[in-house]
Amino acid sequence: MKIIIKYVLLDLLRNKTILVYTFILAVLSVSLLSMDDNTSKGLLSLLNITLLFVPIISILFSTIYFFNSVEFIELLLAQPIRRKTMLLAEYAGIAFALSIAYLLGVGVPIFVMSYSTAAVTLIISGLFLTLIFTGLALLIFVLFKDKTKGIGAAIITSLFFAILFDGLLLSFIYSFSDYPIDKPLLGLISLNPIDLARILVLLQLDVAVMMGYSGALFKKFMGSATGSIYSVVCMLLWVAVPLMISMKVFKKKDL
Amino acid sequence: MIAIEHLTKSYRKFKALNDINLDFKRGQTISLLGPNGSGKTTLIKSILGLVVPEGGTIKINGSEIKTHWEYRSKIGYMPQIGRYPENMTIGQVIRMLKEIRKDCVSYDEELIEGFRIPDYQHKTMRSLSGGTRQKVSASLAFLFSPDIYILDEPTAGLDPLSSEMLKDKIAKERANGKLILITSHVLSDLDDITSHIVYLQDGKLMFYKTVGELKHSTGEEKLNKVIASIMKNNYLTEILTNENNH
Repeated sequence: MKIIIKYVLLDLLRNKTILVYTFILAVLSVSLLSMDDNTSKGLLSLLNITLLFVPIISILFSTIYFFNSVEFIELLLAQPIRRKTMLLAEYAGIAFALSIAYLLGVGVPIFVMSYSTAAVTLIISGLFLTLIFTGLALLIFVLFKDKTKGIGAAIITSLFFAILFDGLLLSFIYSFSDYPIDKPLLGLISLNPIDLARILVLLQLDVAVMMGYSGALFKKFMGSATGSIYSVVCMLLWVAVPLMISMKVFKKKDL
Repeated sequence: MIAIEHLTKSYRKFKALNDINLDFKRGQTISLLGPNGSGKTTLIKSILGLVVPEGGTIKINGSEIKTHWEYRSKIGYMPQIGRYPENMTIGQVIRMLKEIRKDCVSYDEELIEGFRIPDYQHKTMRSLSGGTRQKVSASLAFLFSPDIYILDEPTAGLDPLSSEMLKDKIAKERANGKLILITSHVLSDLDDITSHIVYLQDGKLMFYKTVGELKHSTGEEKLNKVIASIMKNNYLTEILTNENNH
């Protein structure tokens, strides 16, 4: 397994898309952090960029990479390797490469220019989003046979979590505003990894106004500490569950 | 060496393989022939465990392959389309496979040398031509000197010199008592190396015979003529009715 991870990394670290991704993240981080004296504002802008870019880039890039590796995966599977090991190694290689890109692009500038607990949480949630959306890409890869359909599914998935989900949440809040919906709402938020990442960071920043409805709810019901732990646990599940389903489906997949 | 019984596989309603029974032995070179979509690749992939069959069994050296994966160390596979991670160099791909196959200590580098791969091993896979990729794929299939070779369209895209080199290698391995499975549409390439022919059509096994038998019954000398006359004269239906009469 280590061998495959190593060579997938060797391939990906010379991949132009990954290099451009790292570069753009770095430029954005440096410029945003040096624009304002208020580090909190800079972090918030970086948070928004993380929430917007990381999911869509991770899922799209990984989906395309998986589908492009079909023949290579076949070759690996013709060797005496377990299917499970091979798939996990491919996932780990991509997730690792994208995480390194994020760490170099956002992590390094933040640590150098404005180190704080909130900054650390931002990096952690960014890494979580990378792992989660790469995992979702893997799931899409094992579920679809056709590359075009797979890429379509990846775009829809990322748009769903980035945009559509919040709209649905709002309409849910409006239509049930006469009832005590605070707790079901908490449950619903856990269904969106991007919201979880946002809350995790916002709980560390002292910007109650910016937290919006969901953030306020989290703070009210759980306080900072429990809220953070809860969202971290949920994100861990978001990493593990798609991976486990992928392994299960892949066992029976025809290549 | 490979025993296939009642192998069945369908994609939705389409029957890719329909109750296939075959028995391959050491020292045979078997050509899998048949029109496009007749199930050749599905059969190969089933043997490799890339396709999960619905029914039937495949046994290699007497043990069923279903849940085991170790058996694949006995097989060298050359895929039809050899695509590798774009930024890897040829040297890296070869090194990676060697590292994966730690169980193997001595390598058969005859083809690597023959194709002069060390001369351009620093090139990335992205920059290679189709023929060069085929050479890499072929070298990899033979690298660990397995007992069974599965070659999917091995000579497609190879220049005449390399193609001859590969055919010589195949003949040599066969003489060593290895089992070789080939699919190809270039019948003239198969002429000197094939011992048996498996003909598939619409997922069904039409016949499994030695080349000698076929040459005798059709009265032709060249393999492409043999197959052409089989297809032309509805020889298939003849054979089938004959077999049913027996």
